[in-house]
Amino acid sequence: MTDEKSFVEIRHAQKAFGKLEVLKDISLSVDKGQIVGIIGSSGSGKSTLLRAINDLDPLTGGEVWLDGVEVNQKLPHRQYEKHINQMRQQVGMVFQHFNLFPHMTARENVTMAPMLLKGLSKDEANTLAEEQLDNVGMLERIDYYPSQLSGGQKQRVAIARALAMKPKLMLFDEATSALDPELVEEVNQVMRKLAEQHMTMIIVTHEMDFAASVCDRVLFMDQGVVVEEGPPSMLFKNPTQPRTREFLRKHLENAK
Amino acid sequence: MGLDFSMVPKYLDIILLGCAYTIGITVAAAILSFFGGIVFAVIALYAPWVIRQPFRLVAWIFMGTPLLLQLFLIYFGLVQVGIDLPAVVAGIIGLGLHFAVYNSELIQTAILSVDKGQMEAARTLGLSRGEALRKVVIPQAVRDVIPPISNNMIALLKDSALVSVIGVSELTLSAQRVIGKTYRPFEFYLLAAAFYYVINLAMEWVQRKIERRISISR
Repeated sequence: MTDEKSFVEIRHAQKAFGKLEVLKDISLSVDKGQIVGIIGSSGSGKSTLLRAINDLDPLTGGEVWLDGVEVNQKLPHRQYEKHINQMRQQVGMVFQHFNLFPHMTARENVTMAPMLLKGLSKDEANTLAEEQLDNVGMLERIDYYPSQLSGGQKQRVAIARALAMKPKLMLFDEATSALDPELVEEVNQVMRKLAEQHMTMIIVTHEMDFAASVCDRVLFMDQGVVVEEGPPSMLFKNPTQPRTREFLRKHLENAK
Repeated sequence: MGLDFSMVPKYLDIILLGCAYTIGITVAAAILSFFGGIVFAVIALYAPWVIRQPFRLVAWIFMGTPLLLQLFLIYFGLVQVGIDLPAVVAGIIGLGLHFAVYNSELIQTAILSVDKGQMEAARTLGLSRGEALRKVVIPQAVRDVIPPISNNMIALLKDSALVSVIGVSELTLSAQRVIGKTYRPFEFYLLAAAFYYVINLAMEWVQRKIERRISISR
């Protein structure tokens, strides 16, 4: 009866909207420091799976564990709210559309949550913001508002904002899909840097080259199931499943 | 008989005092209506049913009945239950709550139209829903409604003349009192109108200042 859990452990995840099943019994484990990519066409359930990890889209069945704690455990409403807020502090998330707070400068975007939730003083928070924004190459723009930044710059600030909470795990939900092609690389670079620092990451992406170069493991999802998974060298070069082959072929055609 | 403004200097102090009352009541009621509007909006959108339903009834009373009646209710009516408010306070509360209900309607719409990614991003950082509303959603909603709220505030300035009926010597009533002594209605009503116009200009100036300050941060 060993019940060893990985750092991130998803067990029999199910998600249904009425009769529509978006996730059909998905299990996934991620070790500390591992980088997992999730690919698949839109509607395959990959974003839903990612958003289930911090309970942004609650599962209708199954369990999510992070570092030995059950994320979506059954608790009375108030207790659950407290618990989930605690869990979410440990999970950074980066969105396709950045979702920076437009009424705050880059600095304030980064400092708000640590000051409010971790009780950092203004000085401590400012030091943290400088550190985190420097880390993503945005120190010169620290007092700019999001409306004054390019898409790539916004996303870098959004990554700094997430990292300022010192998360154990980072989730990327198509972090570069909304960017102009020439701005993708600056965000990818920041993510590569994070990979070198052994941050545990789960990355939903449309960029096969990027997934191939940073991920330890890649999952291909289709219609709510994981069709195939493996190291990128295998999955991209020698996919065993016809659906994977079809997806990759179409993707290559579109890229041309 | 033409216009004769020669009596104006003699009674200017009364008019100016009335002006001061009008400004004071308008500013106090505007502040009450602004923060009250935010509180009402949050109640209307997020409070549990048992709070929301009685609240809707109160909101209907404030929107569906004349402000004049509401001022009577607050000033004369509440005395019967032992709440004896000074006329100025009753006036500020009446105007403030009346316009809070209107502001609340605007703010509710604005809260609902803030991109839901904002709430998600805040929740993802670990903020509770209340914290996310306070720090992220409501500040943005309020920015969006500064222009229509400013319009409400100008309506509030004009409606502040109604508190004269409960005996507050604001600008309109002051003009009336001077007219009672001088029999010069045209001159002194015009003078009062001029003062309203100036206050109006000042309010528009403040509105523009606020809008300019927030235009960068949206």
